Amino acid sequence: MIYVVAIGVFMLLLVALAGLLTVAERVLVNYGVCKMDINRGEKTLDVDGGQTLLSALYGHKVFIPSACGGKGSCGHCKVAVLEGGGPVLPTETPYLTRTEVRSGLRLACQVKIRQDIQIRIPDELLSVKLFTASVESTRSLTHDIKEIRLTLIEPAEISQRPGQYVQIQAPSPEGPVFRAYSISSASYEHNVVELNVRLVPGGIGSTYLHSLQVGDEVTLTGPYGEFVLNEEPETEIVCVGGGCGMAPMKNIIYSLYERWPQRTCWLFFGCRTPNDVFYLEEFRALAAQHPQLRVIYALSDIPSASSDWDGETGFVHLAVNKHLEPDVKRQAFLCGPPPMIDAVTTVLHQKGLQPKDIFYDKF
Amino acid sequence: MSEASFFVILLAAVFTNNILLANFLGMCSFLACSRQIPTALGLGAAVVFVMFTTTLINYGIYHGILVEGAPLCPANLEFLSFIVFIAVIAGFVQFVEMFVERFSPRLYYSLGIFLPLITVNCAILGVALFMVIRQYSFMQSAGFGLGAGLGWALAILLIAGLRTRMGYSRVPAPFQGVAIIMIVTGVMAMAFMGFAGMVSIQ
Repeated sequence: MIYVVAIGVFMLLLVALAGLLTVAERVLVNYGVCKMDINRGEKTLDVDGGQTLLSALYGHKVFIPSACGGKGSCGHCKVAVLEGGGPVLPTETPYLTRTEVRSGLRLACQVKIRQDIQIRIPDELLSVKLFTASVESTRSLTHDIKEIRLTLIEPAEISQRPGQYVQIQAPSPEGPVFRAYSISSASYEHNVVELNVRLVPGGIGSTYLHSLQVGDEVTLTGPYGEFVLNEEPETEIVCVGGGCGMAPMKNIIYSLYERWPQRTCWLFFGCRTPNDVFYLEEFRALAAQHPQLRVIYALSDIPSASSDWDGETGFVHLAVNKHLEPDVKRQAFLCGPPPMIDAVTTVLHQKGLQPKDIFYDKF
Repeated sequence: MSEASFFVILLAAVFTNNILLANFLGMCSFLACSRQIPTALGLGAAVVFVMFTTTLINYGIYHGILVEGAPLCPANLEFLSFIVFIAVIAGFVQFVEMFVERFSPRLYYSLGIFLPLITVNCAILGVALFMVIRQYSFMQSAGFGLGAGLGWALAILLIAGLRTRMGYSRVPAPFQGVAIIMIVTGVMAMAFMGFAGMVSIQ
């Protein structure tokens, strides 16, 4: 008997508390409709107050990059809030430098909309769309890297620049998360997004992508990324990659030779062993058509005497140092692990490249 | 039941029976949010408010519903006190957060963001349970709730000051980070034992 009473009393208390909170939420957390102004009048949205800036933007199909799904743990969703954002919260400060705070940058997932708000986002982000796609083919490039081609369904075309990336929506126990992958298909292939994915043990995005079968449906947003290819035909392009950092460079090289068949381009790629080499045949075939493309692969582990490896050995920055003449007009794109990027950047500085001409993707 | 007055219990809860330094309750937020003085001050103020108000609410619920022969429910439901106190604290803190967010955005930015942290602060529950164990009257509970909150705020403010200072001292590598804070907290607790003879509450 006493237990029935106990349960009853406890239930009543909980119902009372829940009721109080629900009523409070209705009355208190209702800010009505607020006006959101993007880029000083370029776009005006009416959004419901009380939600975060990130979810309001997603609700109106403005896709800010975000990897953690609004938990404030990735720091990707930086947006300049000009007015109406309130002070910077302690949950944001770990992800913002002092200069960023001064220029008004905020984490969109932490800013709550309570009044009319003015924000500024890069124009490119306004052209980011949500795509549904289906898997056209998958191919193992090495033991842990897969090439995955996605055919776009809705919208059916993407307009991307070489070096840009997309965010793939992957399921996780705590709801969908987004993971960024560079586009490896050339920018003239408007209805395809191709990715190179290395399987990371325990990784949410890569495990999901590796498990996909032909015909499976995938949701992605994009394109993101600020890299702009130099358009002067006499400027040489230098691509340096390592590990599985090939995707953006493949896009750059194929797009480049579609537009400037005579342009000089260097591709340096570093791997460990002959088993980690991929796309070499494809690039050699392309180099046969376009002699100005130089393809140089370097193995960091010394190959055994019995192997028929005819490329470079040693770390990739040594190969860069060996092959490039100094003081030629160049633009460089690097993609790979941080130590490799740092080493290659140093070499490129010595070869006379300005920091503004060196772009990189560290991962 | 002791006969100590409101002020005696308040003073005792701040100095001799400091909830953090004597009972070591509420350590997690104490360690996590004591890096800077303004943060510590904000969290401390929020704890004072929540501790004081939830103690009073829990007093009302305990003596109105749970205790044997209570006016609202005569059955003896004291065994429910743990879970009821937790639910009440969580619900109340949620409510206060929404309220403050709506009516005083400035207070919300300085205090409100700490409120969700306090929901799971064991010191708050500890105070409610001590109130029951020590059989405090209403005024005594009020004094104890306020005093315990002030004591906790004092402790985190002191450690925040020490941590700011410690930024300039060279701590041996094995003690860096939380380790040295635990040691300093222990020393501070010993220092507070110097107050022990002043007043005593059970």
